[in-house]
This record gives sequence, structure tokens and C-alpha cells, in this order.
Amino acid sequence: MAKIKQNVGKAMPRVEDERLVKGVATYVDDMKLPGLLHAAVLRSPYAHAKIKGIDTAGAKALEGVVDVFVGADVNRHCGVVPCCVEMPDLVQPKHTVLAGKRAYFVGHPVAVVVAKDRYIARDALDLIEVDYDPKDVVVDAEAALEEGSPLTHPELKTNVAFTWTLENGDLKAAFDEADRVITQRMRHQRLTPSPIEPRGCVASFHAGEESMTLWTSTQIPHLIRTMLPDMIGVPENKLRIVAPEVGGGFGAKLNLYAEEALCCHLAKRMGAPIKWIEARRENAGTMTHGRDQVGDYEVAVKKDGTVLAIKAKTVADIGSYLQLNTPAIPTLTGSMLSGCYNLKAIRMDLKGVYTHKMSTDAYRGAGRPEATYTVERLMDIIAYELGLDPVDVRKRNFIKPDQFPFNTACGLTYDSGNYAGALKKAQRLAKWPQLLKQRDESRKKGALFGIGLSTYVEICALGPSSMMSAGGWEWGCVRMEISGKVTVLTGVTPHGQGQETSFSQLVSDKFGIPMKDITVHSGDTATAHYGRDTYGSRATALGGTAILMSIDKIIAKATTLAAHLMKVSRKKVVYEPGRFHAPGTDKSISWNELAMEAYVAKNIPRNFEPGLEASSFFEPENCTYPFGTHIVAVEVDRATGEVKIVKYVAVDDCGPLINPLLVEGQVQGGIAHSLGQALFEKTVYDEYGQLLTGEFMDYAIARAKDIPEYTLGHTVTPSPSNPMGIKGCGEAGTIGATPAVANAVIDALSPLGVTHVDLPLTPETVWNAIQQHTAQPAVA
Amino acid sequence: MKTLVSITVNGTVHREEVEPRTLLVHFLREHCHLTGTHVGCETSICGACTVLLNGEAVKSCATLAVQADGAQIETVEGLADGDKLHPVQEGFWKCHGLQCGYCTPGMIMSSVQLLKRCPNPTREQIAEGIEGNLCRCTGYSHIIDSVEYAAKKMGS
Repeated sequence: MAKIKQNVGKAMPRVEDERLVKGVATYVDDMKLPGLLHAAVLRSPYAHAKIKGIDTAGAKALEGVVDVFVGADVNRHCGVVPCCVEMPDLVQPKHTVLAGKRAYFVGHPVAVVVAKDRYIARDALDLIEVDYDPKDVVVDAEAALEEGSPLTHPELKTNVAFTWTLENGDLKAAFDEADRVITQRMRHQRLTPSPIEPRGCVASFHAGEESMTLWTSTQIPHLIRTMLPDMIGVPENKLRIVAPEVGGGFGAKLNLYAEEALCCHLAKRMGAPIKWIEARRENAGTMTHGRDQVGDYEVAVKKDGTVLAIKAKTVADIGSYLQLNTPAIPTLTGSMLSGCYNLKAIRMDLKGVYTHKMSTDAYRGAGRPEATYTVERLMDIIAYELGLDPVDVRKRNFIKPDQFPFNTACGLTYDSGNYAGALKKAQRLAKWPQLLKQRDESRKKGALFGIGLSTYVEICALGPSSMMSAGGWEWGCVRMEISGKVTVLTGVTPHGQGQETSFSQLVSDKFGIPMKDITVHSGDTATAHYGRDTYGSRATALGGTAILMSIDKIIAKATTLAAHLMKVSRKKVVYEPGRFHAPGTDKSISWNELAMEAYVAKNIPRNFEPGLEASSFFEPENCTYPFGTHIVAVEVDRATGEVKIVKYVAVDDCGPLINPLLVEGQVQGGIAHSLGQALFEKTVYDEYGQLLTGEFMDYAIARAKDIPEYTLGHTVTPSPSNPMGIKGCGEAGTIGATPAVANAVIDALSPLGVTHVDLPLTPETVWNAIQQHTAQPAVA
Repeated sequence: MKTLVSITVNGTVHREEVEPRTLLVHFLREHCHLTGTHVGCETSICGACTVLLNGEAVKSCATLAVQADGAQIETVEGLADGDKLHPVQEGFWKCHGLQCGYCTPGMIMSSVQLLKRCPNPTREQIAEGIEGNLCRCTGYSHIIDSVEYAAKKMGS
């Protein structure tokens, strides 16, 4: 018997990479179908305007244009763009696929051209004459709450989309008990998710079968299949959604967009496949944005640093429409606002406010980065105000390892954790005493040197179905083929995370067969036919478990067949990865032999169902709560305000690791998003609602030279929420890193008396903060 | 009005009538059916469309096909020698230098040029060398590892 090679736990290169490094993978724009037509969308140049008329004659007359449609032509056939969040007082506008009588944000789709090639389709956009009557614009959510503000949607008679209050514990008692109440206002700037592949889709209708296939660059083909029937009038069981290779999502492709429904409608209406691929400027302006909250925070503290309670008054600028999860995102902020601390009480009053901007929705972290940033900035502010060590303040308030499962002040039940353990390890990796010494010495020389930390906890593996609007389970199916090769179907939809590899590792170990004999299919509802897809760092914990459950079913079934073939009783059969055997005899049987017998089915037990295939739905009892500590040291250039990261240490606890190389990639990638948020990125609209950050020239995502050298480590605290104990790692970096960087920069500026600066900490922002706190102008 | 161009792509001559405004990236993707070269921004910033034109890395979304008339183009599809990957491709694979893979072909082509110019780059030089290529997934550290791996392999 050959020794079984263990794959789980090993850093392995990915099985999906060969096609990607060779350039032979298929993204949606690589799709070619006979008779394919190209769609281009005309978008409003105004943030708010009445559409008095649209003249499409010039565009229709252009050679190569097949047709042009406006809202009046298509909206009644397309249903409305869905929002799956229910809230008691939610007020929502009708979100048609093309604008009706008004446009409500720059980029609002107004008309669509269908042409024989993509160049002609774009040419034709310039030939459409739209008679706009510009109206008053509101682009600031707090201004939108003021009496007399322009209304985003005049027919709603209010800019307030919803209100939401979370209160737990005895807030009054906590504030009465406090020695100090510390207040701080913080802005969580709007961000543009910016996957390098923009959105795009190809829709094809089969008139004979009355079936629709939609290839689309999405994270959620299965959820789209659930929601799209209501929009396009094709039933779910005639609808196939395919997420081919997807070039990054980051939460912004966790949506059903107007253009996807529109292309399906056009394919059916015109009897030809339709391709729509957006430009970068469209992506920046019309794919959902992230964050955009402003909060006034009050913390009740005792003078020893004990934090008793947090009160938050938050305004979330949600843009002009509700996309799939828009209202839910800022409520996640509230749910995680107590961080990894044992508070007595919490209250968050949230208002979701319409403005004439693109909708916000999930973006890597989805509401949790705002919570972690808030609470971790507050910890530093408390330490500064009370003259305490920021590390001690955190330790004093940590939930202790023996308190799990822990019911938080926000009403969640944290699964497991050892926050002090991760902090201790990060301090060790950062050589904490030397780092403090380095700060002292640098400061003596007049340098602005700062150390920041963030001890974060987040919520992942979403989630129990009770928490989700359309099921929080995950599905998987495993088939041992007649050849002994294994086909795995998963309901999660990886788009860079690498589950073709990590799932192959799991399956290989469990079956005792080589990884090369395993194929993992995902993202196509015709093959991987059921699932709830990829978001909220759920894929490995939930999708992986559904696969293991299916393998267990196959092993149980194969045990019966093995007993029959070995002519021993079932109780005598022992399975070890790779074979079944009967101890005490020389009888043994391999998967290859069993698979052949199971399908040929000439020598099987009575009432034995042929084949070796099983599928499973895994319903978790709880979410998971990954955590960790990030430590950052920075030097700020006094003359330019430029921030240089001189040390970066991260210790993350995402439970056991299937493939440490992939986890490292997720953590590093997540941190890069955070560095952007902390230092460069901000989506900017001017007072007229014009998007000023519509290209990579204006919106600064991190480049290679912005990245510091990392020291990364892990602690491993299994989650009781799934059998593998996995917590998830896709968003950890983005949640943990931002406050650590911010805290380091503020710490660097603290000798000048700076206590808070809103993100992003661009050289200009930092330079201004330095100027405001320096009596003498800085030496240039 | 169409113009005849003759462009050698990965060693194969493509003679095609194209509109003068046809971008090189669309010539490669639509006429040559080589879809490994991607479009990310259409403004020459993200670098997903990077190819080698007479050995120099160019952004093919900001180059016209007519500008490449008579030129030798190398795309990601032309790098491997049959089943044997180019050391840069191998580096990206071994070091997990890619996640979604969309920026990867451009990133690889830029790295190929970088290593031609600077066979033993430092990590800083690699970061400088791929400044014209954006990646939103990896956070670049593994990409830098990948190029270091390739440099080592090509040097040995």
C-alpha cells in the first residue's frame, strides 16, 4: 500500500493557474457566438435631470446599428432591479433597467444601442440626442437630511431610505458609571472596488427551447438564477447562468445589475446573442461603490481604560438606488461595532440616505471595515485621552478565551477566539520592545515615527439561513466516476480565491487519490447546479463542508458494496483513504475496482442503488468570527506629508489552513485594499454630482511600490461552526489593516497634538494636519 | 475605409484589412483570436493589455493596429515552448503570483521585458518595473516573488 500523501495543510501552487498563465482561460469578453451583437449603454451626464425627450433616429441610421432602445421600450418588459433586504420603514424608488422620466445619477443608463460591432455601438451613442432638463442635485448625505434639501427622488418626498436602531444592554447605566465620555466624529470615505476586469455579459436565448443562457462576470450565478426570472419572464428551470473566469469581484459583483437583465431581454427580443462589456469609466461610475458612512461616536469609559459602552449616530450615503444588499451593509457595521471587546451596552442609530450618486453595496469587508476602523480608532483615542498604553486598553477589554461562545453587546454570538494570543504573537513578531525603542530614538531626532495596531474580529462564513434573505447554506456534489476519477460540483463561485485547488486538496486526502484525478466545477448553474455562491469569506468553510459531507455519504455507500464484493460483513470493512479492507483477512479493494462495479452494476447487493454520487446541503449553526492583530510602523515626511510604512506585521486567525500559500495571498491582497483605503483611495463627486474619480488616473489603487515587506503569522483557533473549524480569510486583511495604518500615522503625528485625521491619509491631508498643528511652517 | 496590415504575432504572419482606428488589442483578440491579452481600462494605465512590440512592452489598448504594421508582436500565448512554460509563467504559478488571473498576461509580459533589461533585479527594481501594471487581487508581494523566481531560474 503506497503511503497516502497529505495535501491539506500544505502550501501548494494552484491547479487553475496553468490556463491563466498561458492566457487560454475564458473570461466573458472572450466569448464568441454566431451572430453575436454588441450592446453599448448611453448614460446620463447629469446627476439629476428630467428627460424631456430622446431622439434615436440618428443612431438608428448609422450603418451597422441594428436597433436602439430607451426606457419606454424596455422597462415594462424587464421588471425592476432587486434589493433583497427588508426593513420596516424602507422607502424605495422603482429601479427600472433604463431611466424613465428622470435620471438620478451620473452614469444612469438612459438608452442602449445594439450594433454589429463594438466600435459602431459606441459611435452610435454619440448620435443619440437627449433633451435633459437639469434639476437640483444633492450629493452629501448630511446635507440631504436638512430641511429644504433637494430630493433625490422627488416622488418619495424624503431622502431617508430607512432608519435602523440597534440597542443592547443598559446604556444609561453604562454612561452613568463612566468616568469619561469620549466623543469622536469619523468619516468612512466612499471607495471604488475596481476589479481589473470590468463588468460584462453575453446573453443568448434559444427560441425553440425558450431557454436563456447568461454568461456574466459575477460572483453569484446561482443567486442571479433565483432572482432573474422575475425580471425577464424566463422561468428558473429554463435559465442557465454562467460565471466563466471572473476577473475580480470584491463584493461589487455580488449583485444583479440592470445591464444583465437588459441584455437578456434584448437577446430574446432580437433573436440574437447580445454582448455588453463596460468601459473602465462605466465601471468606476456604475458598479456599486463601498463604505460612505459618517458617524458621531461616544464612548463611556472608566479611567482605568475599561470601555463600558459605545453610542453611534451614523449616516450612510447609499446613493440613488437600492442594489441587492445596499441597506444591509451599514447594519453589519452596527452588528460588529463592539469589536473584540466585552462591552456592557451599545447603541447605533443609522439613517440610510439617498443622494444623486451611484449606489453603495458590498465591497470587501462590507460594513465590517467601518466597524473595526471605528472601534480600533476609538481604542487609540481612549488611550491617548487617558494617558494609557493602547495595548493595555485593548487587553483590559478583550473577551477572554474561556468566555466563548460569547454573546456580544451587539447581539451576535462569537464562536471562538483568543484575541490576547494573536496580539501577543504579533508583538513578538514585531519585536515590540525594540520597535518602541526605535520610535523613541526617531522622535528624539525629530522624526515623525508612529506605531499603530488593530486587534480585529470580523464575521465570515455567512451564514445560517436565519440570517440571510435567500438561504445561508451551501451545496456540493461529489461523483466518483466509472474510471475512478472524481468530479466535484460546488455551489460556491470562486473568482480568484483558488477553491479548485483547496477543494481538490480536501477531496484528494479523503479519497486517497491524486489531485490530478479530481476536477472541480463551479460557476455554471447547468453543471454546478445549486448553490449560494461566494461572498463574505464563506466558500471554503461552507462549500468545503458540503463536499466533505458528500464524500462521507459515498464512503458509507461504498462500504456496503466493498463488503459485498469482499464477501465479508459490513461491520468488518475498514476504510482508509484509497481502499477498503477487512482486517484479519488479505481482502482489500480499491476505489478503481469499486467504481467500476458500482456503475457496471452486475455484481451489487440487492436493493443497492448503482453509482457513486452524493450531494449535500450544509446548513451552519452560526457564522465564524476570524480575528487577529495587525501592527504597523510608519515614518511621516514632515515636509511632504508622505507616509512610509517601515514595518508591517499581521497575525491572523482564520482557523486551520488548507493551503497556507492561498491564505497568504488572500491576506496580502486584503491588506493592499486597506493600504489603498488608508492612504490613497477616495471616490470623489463634485457638488454637481460629477464623478471625478472615473479612471485609474484619478482613483489611486495600490501599485507594487506602495507595498511594504510583510511579516505574516497565524494563530489557529478552530471554529465550532463547521466540522473543519475553518473561519475564512478573504476579508481579514481589508478589515484588520486599515485602522492599524491609520493608528500608526496618527501616532506619528500625536507629538504635534493631532488626535484624528479622516482617511485617506494622502500626503496633502497629512501635510495639512501637520501645518495646522505646527506653529512654524514646515521647512520645505 | 480599411487598411491592410501585416503583423507577425507569436511568429505567425497575420495579413488583415482593418479599420485604421482598430486598436492593437482588438486586432489580437478579434482578428487573431488570441484572447489572452485583456482590456482593463482602455487608457493605458492598468497594463492588462501589455504585449511586446519588437521586443518592447507596449499597452496594446493604446496602440493602433496600423502602428504595428510590419512589427513582431509577442503575446502571452507565445511565451511557452509547447508544454514547457516560460520561467516567468512558471514563477507566477509556483509563487501564487495570480488570483483572478485577469491582469496576469500583461503582468507576465511586463516582467519578461523587465528581466531582459535587468536580469537580476532587486525587489524594489521589480516593483518599479511593474509600475505600469495594476493588480487588485494579490497585493503584489507574490508577484514580486514570482519575478524573483524567474530571474533566478533564467540566470541558472
